[in-house]
Amino acid sequence: MMLNLSPNIADPDDFYAELINSQRDLDEDQALRMNARLILLLANHVGDRRVLTEAIGCARTGGG
Amino acid sequence: MTSYIYPKFGYRRSQEQAEGIVKRHPIVVIGAGPIGLTAALDCAARGQPVVVLDDNDTVSIGSRAVCYAKRPLEIWDRLGCAAPMVERGVSWNVGKVFFQDQMSYQFDLLPEAGHQWPAMINLQQYHLEEMLVAKCSANPLIELRWKHRLISLKQAADHAVLAVETPDGIFTMEAQWVIACDGANSDVRKMVGAEFTGQFFQDRFLIADVAMKADFPTERWFWFDPPFHRGQSVLLHRQADNLWRIDFQLGWDADPDEEKRPERVIPRIRAMLGEDTEFVLEWVSIYQFACRRIDNFRQGRVLFAGDAAHQVSPFGARGANTGVQDIDNLAWKLAMVLRGEASEALLDSYHEERAYAADDNILNSTRATDFITPKTKVSRYFRDAVLELARHHGFARPLVNSGRLSTPTPYVTSALNTPDDDAMMGGVRPGTNAADAPITADGKPVWFLHCLGDAFTVVTFGKETDKTEIAVGPFKAKLIVVGRDIADPSGLLAERYGASPGTTYLFRPDQYVAARWTGFDDARIADAMLRASGHDIAGRKELAA
Repeated sequence: MMLNLSPNIADPDDFYAELINSQRDLDEDQALRMNARLILLLANHVGDRRVLTEAIGCARTGGG
Repeated sequence: MTSYIYPKFGYRRSQEQAEGIVKRHPIVVIGAGPIGLTAALDCAARGQPVVVLDDNDTVSIGSRAVCYAKRPLEIWDRLGCAAPMVERGVSWNVGKVFFQDQMSYQFDLLPEAGHQWPAMINLQQYHLEEMLVAKCSANPLIELRWKHRLISLKQAADHAVLAVETPDGIFTMEAQWVIACDGANSDVRKMVGAEFTGQFFQDRFLIADVAMKADFPTERWFWFDPPFHRGQSVLLHRQADNLWRIDFQLGWDADPDEEKRPERVIPRIRAMLGEDTEFVLEWVSIYQFACRRIDNFRQGRVLFAGDAAHQVSPFGARGANTGVQDIDNLAWKLAMVLRGEASEALLDSYHEERAYAADDNILNSTRATDFITPKTKVSRYFRDAVLELARHHGFARPLVNSGRLSTPTPYVTSALNTPDDDAMMGGVRPGTNAADAPITADGKPVWFLHCLGDAFTVVTFGKETDKTEIAVGPFKAKLIVVGRDIADPSGLLAERYGASPGTTYLFRPDQYVAARWTGFDDARIADAMLRASGHDIAGRKELAA
């Protein structure tokens, strides 16, 4: 499997609003800790080591 | 370069003020902006005389609303004034989003072929109002009263009493119904004591009309954090007559009075356009926006529409576009009540349907505002990450939100809808505005929406019948048979309505789908017509008998 870089979330505005709203009452430190937990949860869900490596590389370079 | 000359509409003392008699009018509209003028046209189109009061005597100062979407154009076409707007305005489809010094991505509204009106036009609000004023002035049922300021409103059981101030002093009028279209700072709303609540955004925007000869294409350009305006956003739109509209985000700490001064505005525009572009600053304004709505669109004898009923952030062009659709929903209901064909309960469905649409608009515009103005450092990181990733990867583009452009909200939960039976698939669901399609009548090409007109209409596909109307109680629906009265050579009409032989649709007077069936059944059509005009089960049985 390859890292999926095509739109894959139904109702993207609703997802983005949920993500941002979930941190509205958190201070910066709390939000960064939550983000770390969220990345680990999603990484576990993906599972595939090659996909995770590809995603890490993609995020590190800013996408280019 | 152009400079618009504002017309001055003459004040005239009304006969009732001159004679000192208190006259009761069926409909009085407060405010002659785009929504009030549309209200007058739509009520008059339904045979109702209308008096419009406005405290001023000219059109909107500055371009203000700017963008008008397809659905309002369809409504204005029903009222006979869309064509000159489209001709005068600028149609556009492509939007570009920039992040810092690079383009993040571009989108195309890609309007579906086979519709009469474009997805969006840009036109200065003063041009639009001038056209609507001309149309109202030519209508014998409409009386525009300039320099008439409402100073108090009192509700009685079956009318409202209005005290109105003119250059000749104060006089009293009565109205069976008042349509309040007096904008976000509505005095009428304060007079009836209605709640107007929601969210204020801690941000300020500078909006400017700039006349210039520039070679920017006719596209919507949106910048996040551009080099010429660091840390903020900028929006550029082309309008008619080489006039451009630029919106600069200023942030919360900006001093509105200071920022409005040309010495402050001109360097901002010069930084954006470059030293060599000649331009003239025509109009500038500063605003802070809010997303809020009135608790009930109907307050006794007063019906609220447009910004007086709901205020949204400007991203997505949802202000004026929503207001015109309020009127589309209200005018036929009010006319039915005034004719005694429906009870006042039908007007409560105006609140039900349009508050639902307003909440949808507020949700969309709040989300866009949250994206454009992140509230915390971490949410700003998310926003910037989306914009960075969107440059290279398709997945991030749907997450970029510089405003979701206005589309009609279907009234999916409305009590006026007759629910589908199980066999009905695809097509246009009850509570949704009619889809247009190119068709032919008498062998000549016409548009489907023109055939629907402004009363109940039944359209059935391929049924053999001599009937030309379905009547029940006070209502008569025109019956259009596809294959007999109109033809669908392209097949687009059948495709858009998911039609097979026998498929039957009932359209409301605002061209929304009230009900539909896989077969043709007079009794069901009659029942759906009564339901769509607010009659309860007992009333429907009585009228059908």
